[in-house]
Amino acid sequence: MGSRASTLLREEEIEEIKKETGFSHSQITRLYSRFTSLDKGENGTLSREDFQRIPELAINPLGDRIINAFFPEGEDQVNFRGFMRTLAHFRPIEDNEKNKNSSASEPLNSRTNKLLFAFRLYDLDRDDKISRDELLQVLRMMVGVNISDEQLGSIADRTIQEADTNGDNSISFNEFIKVLEKVDVEQKMSIRFLH
Amino acid sequence: LLPLLLSVIRMLCVAGAVFQVWVFVVLFLIMLPAMFGLSLGVTGVYIQVLVKILEWATVRIQRGRMEQPSVPVPLPNGIIERAGGSMEEEIGELRNSFALSDAFYFYKKGLESIVDDQVTQRFSSEELASWNLLTRTNQNFRYISLRLTIIWVLGVFVRYCILFPLRITLAIIGLSWLVIGTTLVGFLPENSVKTWLSELVHLTCYRICARGLSATIRYYNKENKPQKGGICVANHTTPIDVVILANDGCYAMVGQIHGGLMGVIQRSMVRSCPHVWFERSEMKDRHAVTSRLRAHVAAKTKLPILIFPEGTCINNTSVMMFKKGSFEIGGTIYPVAIKYDPRFGDAFWNSGKYNMVSYLLRMMTSWAIVVNVWYLPPMTLQDGEDAAHFASRVKSAIAHQGGLLDLDWDGGLKRGKVKDSFKEEQQKMYSSIIVGQNGISSCSQSTKVE
Repeated sequence: MGSRASTLLREEEIEEIKKETGFSHSQITRLYSRFTSLDKGENGTLSREDFQRIPELAINPLGDRIINAFFPEGEDQVNFRGFMRTLAHFRPIEDNEKNKNSSASEPLNSRTNKLLFAFRLYDLDRDDKISRDELLQVLRMMVGVNISDEQLGSIADRTIQEADTNGDNSISFNEFIKVLEKVDVEQKMSIRFLH
Repeated sequence: LLPLLLSVIRMLCVAGAVFQVWVFVVLFLIMLPAMFGLSLGVTGVYIQVLVKILEWATVRIQRGRMEQPSVPVPLPNGIIERAGGSMEEEIGELRNSFALSDAFYFYKKGLESIVDDQVTQRFSSEELASWNLLTRTNQNFRYISLRLTIIWVLGVFVRYCILFPLRITLAIIGLSWLVIGTTLVGFLPENSVKTWLSELVHLTCYRICARGLSATIRYYNKENKPQKGGICVANHTTPIDVVILANDGCYAMVGQIHGGLMGVIQRSMVRSCPHVWFERSEMKDRHAVTSRLRAHVAAKTKLPILIFPEGTCINNTSVMMFKKGSFEIGGTIYPVAIKYDPRFGDAFWNSGKYNMVSYLLRMMTSWAIVVNVWYLPPMTLQDGEDAAHFASRVKSAIAHQGGLLDLDWDGGLKRGKVKDSFKEEQQKMYSSIIVGQNGISSCSQSTKVE
């Protein structure tokens, strides 16, 4: 009959996460109790399996790529700090954050960081370029067996042609930003966390 | 030595007197009225007092929260607000082309499900709107004010030192009565007297057990009560569901033979009354199960079968997929919605976390069980309807009546994995957005309900 795990989070830790991610105190404690309920191994970290146990994520065509975003290169565990850092990209941009002086480092939920985050979804080998092959692989995850190789190939070609300005037949991050100029990234890549 | 001996004797006398009062209370004030289904109104008063105290505590906590903003506000409806649009609405109408931003939709959906998903939280206790003064649901609320602390300590004393011994005595009497009674009745030859006696034993036992949990049960629309030869289906929160329903009538139960305490009870019950228990190995053979149930229903004179088609306990916030097996048997379906009041104690049995006995101990140290039971009008298979669709229709009716969330997800996901076909469905839906219906190699318009 113990107290909830949420009380195990140290006050200093909450302060640090607050500073780094911009989440409020109660949002952090709530997300911590979510984190511990996902943590079936009860070791303070999440593994890929912990994520895969969420059915709605398991049926998401890009589920594996999304899970991957939580794990730094070569690691297979993520702690609460890392978990929160990834989630922070999806905080909506609040008015008082928009006109902050630019001297401070850019918050994780800025437009550029949201876009960089999405870019890495396509950039499978993390070489800061989306090649035709990488685009094809991600497309295949999204459509499954429903579209033929040829058709998917021409979709990939067309997408790269439209984005590629320097003719290297791949999409760099700058080209990616340019293509998505008119897209409402702030809305499409934001989740409304309740206060 | 003599004075010591005398004082020991005196103490024994006092203990004896206390025991007599105890037995008197248990026997005459609780058990006898319970056996005849009467109420002395004590539980009713107790519940009313509790409601008052809990309301007071809620106000206190709210006031305390203003002074200490670090105490988080509970959000029983989830910690995010979801953008509810379907894939087509979110990505854009059938525009026959791909855009790099399409992935944003999947990304956002995925992140939302990581933060707060529809399924996994149904398998853990529901979040309360306000603290109900139980230690186990406490999030440091008890330190918010001195008066709250005092009430909480009083509550612990009442629950553990007065109610708990009383309840455990009642439960032991009730269960041994069931085992002994049904075993004895089992020796009688098969006739109407046996049936009548068997029902009597079951009914009195369940009533005593219900008192052992301080259950306050309100039944609605009794005219729709399940009839002989029918099948009663209900949403499932805890094994106590059975006690709750059986307080108002007898059912033939269907289920798997358990080990331990449950096994002993199950085996003795089947001697007096035709319950349908299966061994674990038999359970896998769906045809054998169906045909045994079909034979039971066809007899028309046997007790209505009680089935929980979710196949697992859900935390009483929602109803999950009904397995279609029970709807293939035929006969009339009597849907029943059961909704527990979470303020007085969490009725959900989290079988992954607690075994049966420790779960029952938790229930007996809660405030009480307050539960509403709605009998819904009987339903039958419509022309041209398949069992899966019928199952989901019954499920929706129960969810609607009980004020529960109607989910299409399979409760089996508590232990198992999602079928790949659900992901394929998502892929197909997306494919039709980017290349149009005609572009898809194999196109059929299937959406929900597996």
